[in-house]
Amino acid sequence: MRGLDEKALQAKEKKAGLGQDIDLSAYESKPILHDYVEDIGTLSEADKRRMILAGVDATETDRSGTYIQKDTTAIHAHSKQEGLEVMPIKKALEKHDWLKDYYWKLVGVDTDKYTATAQLDLHDGYVIRALPGSKVIYPVQACLYLEKEGLSQNVHNIIIAEEDSELHIITGCATAEHLRRGLHVGISEFFVKKNAKLSFTMIHNWAEEMMVRPRSVGRVEEGGLFLNNYICMKPVKSLQMYPTTHLVGKGAVARFYSLLVGSPGCEMDVGGRIILKAADTRAEIVARTISNGGNIIARGDLVGEVPGIKAHLECRGLILNGGTIHAIPELNGKVAGVEMSHEAAVGKIAQEEILYLMSRGLSEDDATATIVRGFLSVDIPGLPPQLKAEIDRAVAESDKDMM
Amino acid sequence: MLQIEDLQVKVGDKEILKHIDLEIHQGETHILFGPNGSGKTSLLMTIIGYPQYKVTGGKMVFKGEDITHMPIDERAQLGIGVSYQRPPTINGVKTKQMVQICAKEEVDVEALAAKVNFSEFLERDINAGFSGGEIKRSELLQLMAQDADLLLFDEPESGVDLENISLIGNMISELLQRDFKLNREKSLKKLHEERTKMGLIITHTGFILDYMTADRGQLLYDGELTCASNPREIFTCISEVGYEECVRCAV
Ligand SMILES: Nc1ncnc2c1ncn2[C@@H]1O[C@H](COP(=O)(O)OP(=O)(O)OP(=O)(O)O)[C@@H](O)[C@H]1O
Ligand SMILES: [Mg+2]
Repeated sequence: MRGLDEKALQAKEKKAGLGQDIDLSAYESKPILHDYVEDIGTLSEADKRRMILAGVDATETDRSGTYIQKDTTAIHAHSKQEGLEVMPIKKALEKHDWLKDYYWKLVGVDTDKYTATAQLDLHDGYVIRALPGSKVIYPVQACLYLEKEGLSQNVHNIIIAEEDSELHIITGCATAEHLRRGLHVGISEFFVKKNAKLSFTMIHNWAEEMMVRPRSVGRVEEGGLFLNNYICMKPVKSLQMYPTTHLVGKGAVARFYSLLVGSPGCEMDVGGRIILKAADTRAEIVARTISNGGNIIARGDLVGEVPGIKAHLECRGLILNGGTIHAIPELNGKVAGVEMSHEAAVGKIAQEEILYLMSRGLSEDDATATIVRGFLSVDIPGLPPQLKAEIDRAVAESDKDMM
Repeated sequence: MLQIEDLQVKVGDKEILKHIDLEIHQGETHILFGPNGSGKTSLLMTIIGYPQYKVTGGKMVFKGEDITHMPIDERAQLGIGVSYQRPPTINGVKTKQMVQICAKEEVDVEALAAKVNFSEFLERDINAGFSGGEIKRSELLQLMAQDADLLLFDEPESGVDLENISLIGNMISELLQRDFKLNREKSLKKLHEERTKMGLIITHTGFILDYMTADRGQLLYDGELTCASNPREIFTCISEVGYEECVRCAV
């Protein structure tokens, strides 16, 4: 731990390579105490409503466990199922020595000032682990909730799918109704072990003045599958992230899907990088972006390091009501025998499609909404129906705002 | 009734339809013939209301309302339906959803699809990778859900295989209330009187006439409707002496 602090201290002022630089001293980070909530049904109705938008359901219907953090404090963590562990990371670090083998093992603590802050001034975060062979059919839900105006919430999450396990997680970040300004720094490290299957669906509901800097890296072993879905359709001031996954075992698969809507005044720089390091690995990155007046940079990077890998990147953007979309797809084949491709398109809604729908009786607005919803509906194979429903709901919600 | 009077249409600077006069009375179905590029699809698109087909003269009246400049969705709601020659693909919009959109109320999409042998396509994005024949069945399925009063068909049978052609022919006949098998107890005369649906069908092959009757044939040549008579007669004339001769003998 001492060594980590030292490295972090050295990176304290280190600007990130991408995204607008943030003055961390402009945000408070003193711990804000909230009581532990035994029964999450007792949360205030207002909080519950906001959490629902991020896919976190206080009734825990069709969920196998819950983690809730409010501001800097974990207020709830429990698992409903054997073979599944859900715990706050601070406590877990004190209690479980094995966690040291995962903590900061994928994300470099000295990557930039945000990783440094997450080490030097860690608030909390979750550890979710599916034990070997256990199948967690219903999703685990995790919510990082921000209520305190002007707070910097520094979080570190570790997700482990042990050998032959199956784990689905829906995690939402949300802000209280009144909250305008804040900073979220979130470190996530994903470990998908031999023949394990992990799906991670993240829905972000931020506020107009929120700055968001997630830093996440995953590692997938032989025969493992990692599905990573990211949905951000509500206003946010500045979001920059470039989650990376290493496919290190034979036949490992990673798929990233992201849906982004950029409203006026919003800057999003979101990428995805998958590094294919072992034989027969597969990767797919699919991004759908809509600019509604905001500025979006959609990056994608596939790196093929051994022969016989297959990877595809697809990035489609729609400029609806002004704003910009800058698609930057990159393919990096380092040896002969890789099979990598990408397609990128930025455009507007085709008039022909609107007229087709109108000739079936839809008004122009309804036709446009139908096409936009279609644009955002990507089929994600392997995603449990509850999570598909959450994504559909997020799309339906955003569509109300857009039209 | 659809009434078209002295209709002139331009696309860009190009005059595509010149002085079209056409009346389709309640219960009537007309067959529209004409060589490639003569303006048949353009006439349909103008009736539906596509804005790139600019009406520069004349007017169109449907059910007593002047639709010449009416927005496309209002025309659909007034009861104009169409089966397109080349509809666009809409990614993420399922065929099932499209059928539901066409029907104003809840419909049993599965049952309708079964009728045109299209059940396995309902979960696919509309028109995405559909073959030529599949597009025809998809378009027909949407028309079946819409329950329009004026049905426009742009080459509904072209590219359709032998097994599906009778399916399509019979279904169009049913939609246009020309299916005698369905109404055996009624006399022909009564059927005729009770018929309300109007149809305009573009065809090159004339196959559709093997499955249904039609009241009139129209020949569109170089942007003009040049002759109107019995559809079989026009078809035979075109087959035997070609469009140009056929136009000349009519004039
Ligand atoms: N949007 C357009 N832009 C330019 N030209 C057009 C457009 N639409 C139609 N045309 C032209 O108008 C003419 C008539 O076209 P139309 O599609 O109506 O013919 P058609 O009779 O349906 O032919 P086909 O039997 O081949 O389907 C053609 O010369 C065509 O190229
Ligand atoms: Mg045509």
